Amino acid sequence: MAIFVNENTKVIVQGLTGGQGKFHGLRNRAYGTNVVGGVTPGKGGQDVEGIPVFDSVADAVKATGADASFIAVPPKAAAAAILEAAKAGITFIVCITEGIPAQDEAKVFNTLVRDYPKVRLLGPNCPGIISPGKCNIGITAGEIAELPSAKGPNVGIVSRSGTLTYQALYELKQQGIGVSTCVGIGGDPVPGTSFVDCLAEFQNDPETHAIIMIGEIGGSAEEEAAEFIKANVTKPMSAYIAGVTAPAGKKMGHAGAIVSGGKGTAQGKMDALREAGVQIGLNPTEAGSLMAEIVKGLK
Amino acid sequence: MDLFEYQGKQYFAKFGIPVSAGGVAVTVDEAVKVADASQYPVVVKAQVQVGGRGKAGGIKLANNADEVRLHAGNILGMDIKGHVVKRIWVEHASDIDEEYYASFTLDRAAKKHLLMLSAQGGVEIEEVAEKDPDAIVKLHINPVDGLSEKVARQAAVDAKIPAKALDGVAKILVQLYDCFTAGDCDLAEINPLILKPTGEVHALDAKVSLDGNAEYRHPEWAEYSATEELDDREQLAREKGLQYIGLSGTVGIIANGAGLAMSTLDVVNQVGGTAANFLDIGGGANADQMAAALEVINFDKEVKSIFINIFGGITRGEEVAKGIVEAMKRVDLRAPIVIRLDGTNAEEGREILASAGIPESKLLSKPTMLEAARAAVALANGK
Repeated sequence: MAIFVNENTKVIVQGLTGGQGKFHGLRNRAYGTNVVGGVTPGKGGQDVEGIPVFDSVADAVKATGADASFIAVPPKAAAAAILEAAKAGITFIVCITEGIPAQDEAKVFNTLVRDYPKVRLLGPNCPGIISPGKCNIGITAGEIAELPSAKGPNVGIVSRSGTLTYQALYELKQQGIGVSTCVGIGGDPVPGTSFVDCLAEFQNDPETHAIIMIGEIGGSAEEEAAEFIKANVTKPMSAYIAGVTAPAGKKMGHAGAIVSGGKGTAQGKMDALREAGVQIGLNPTEAGSLMAEIVKGLK
Repeated sequence: MDLFEYQGKQYFAKFGIPVSAGGVAVTVDEAVKVADASQYPVVVKAQVQVGGRGKAGGIKLANNADEVRLHAGNILGMDIKGHVVKRIWVEHASDIDEEYYASFTLDRAAKKHLLMLSAQGGVEIEEVAEKDPDAIVKLHINPVDGLSEKVARQAAVDAKIPAKALDGVAKILVQLYDCFTAGDCDLAEINPLILKPTGEVHALDAKVSLDGNAEYRHPEWAEYSATEELDDREQLAREKGLQYIGLSGTVGIIANGAGLAMSTLDVVNQVGGTAANFLDIGGGANADQMAAALEVINFDKEVKSIFINIFGGITRGEEVAKGIVEAMKRVDLRAPIVIRLDGTNAEEGREILASAGIPESKLLSKPTMLEAARAAVALANGK
């Protein structure tokens, strides 16, 4: 088991003929992901190293039976690409595009909720998702993810930041701890998938025995996660929140990472999570060590 | 990107929102010219992106050209909480019967737009929220549906806006929402939104924050970036296309990824140091990017040591290491570098750094983030 994606997931890449789409799409296939097609309008009938390209998502789905899409198109085209995938029957969409206007994101998210309630969007502006050994969609380097062990215990990872997601994977690999699924939800103001969505899945996933969460300043997603954990999550957790020293009013790289009006501070988030029983590391390594202790206790 | 009041008003005007007649001035003579054209009395307002202008003496009423000359002379060059006034806005002084508050933002938790409306305007909305939270009407708007005049009017009724102002307020709310959405704002706020004795409703102030991601579809925003208040370091970083924020510490920071960069700041702080900046070099971290980043850090005279924190994912460690060695040849650095290189092929990368013939006094490699932070902070503190 794993969450959202597994060895049966059939993936198409929207933007497969572009630089990013080709690079990451081929890497995902090399990892073992079932990449069944690509979509670039006007390039239907071509192929990218053996992966057939289609003019539209609808064509690709019809020909391949794909159920997931990896979107790697420029910001201008991203909103339309997401809705095209949803309309064509794709149920899991990963969008790595960085720089989509917030107004577009808000509209796309609410359109999905209203018209395509069964579709899950991961991102935008996220590193993607990997269920080690089964499926890797996005830009994560598969080799830094430790395979889950049949006996367990295995850890689920959910993170708002890209490099810190890698860091978390790496910390676990150093400790020889298997990963069930690692989800990067992205650093934008309107993420399609939230911490809470992932925590709910991990809680229900028999292959996941403990959870690491990596948050950052801005918004209230971590506080909402803390509420959810208190009420629903029984699996042990460790967490790290980036941006303790970030000054107010400055966007720290991610469009969503900003402390405004005294809200969204790292301290507030850490306090909320601690109160929900989550062990807090003051840096990513510490969160990894805390998880190692947790896992030791589970064995 | 935050706009100055005068830019916000000009932006509002594009969407039909009524604002006072006036103009921007950078000299006393210009201010008088604008005042003469705007009809006396006029208000002379300092253009700075910080609250509390009025209390600091940055907003003055003038009844004639001499008074404009006096106030404009005082306000131009004035220092308001560290912001030096370079521009003033001069507009016809409005007669005010009542003051309201209206704003649109994105509510990230609800993933919907949020209208906040209050019959108590002209004061800080945070104060109202604290003292009398019921005086603020909060209405979520589904971005798919938008805001109709009917819904806007009902919100105004709920906010206890008096009957005589309802039509005017509803109309402005719809215009302001249009400005917020079509105008790609993160925030569109009017405080105060005034009711004049003549019965007209009118925006007396403008607070607009634009979404930088939407810049590609707003060529008209170029004039706003030109007046953005950046320090010299931030200016240089922008020219080089780097994600950089200037801070006031002594350890220069370069990291790949926004999260890791934030985390690096935190760790430096935890071991007793202070970061000079936030700098996300992005995924690639090749020689060109690294050289550009080092140049910007080197430009900051306060920097006493440089902490490069790279986690190799798809970008392999040896590529990053080659980039650093090459960049160090191009930039004549004043401060020593401490590097932590981890992730994919980190060993090979460290090998390249070790065999590059760079003395340890200039480039020190540490295996973990924490150890590297300690070394960088020790160097910055002269140890």
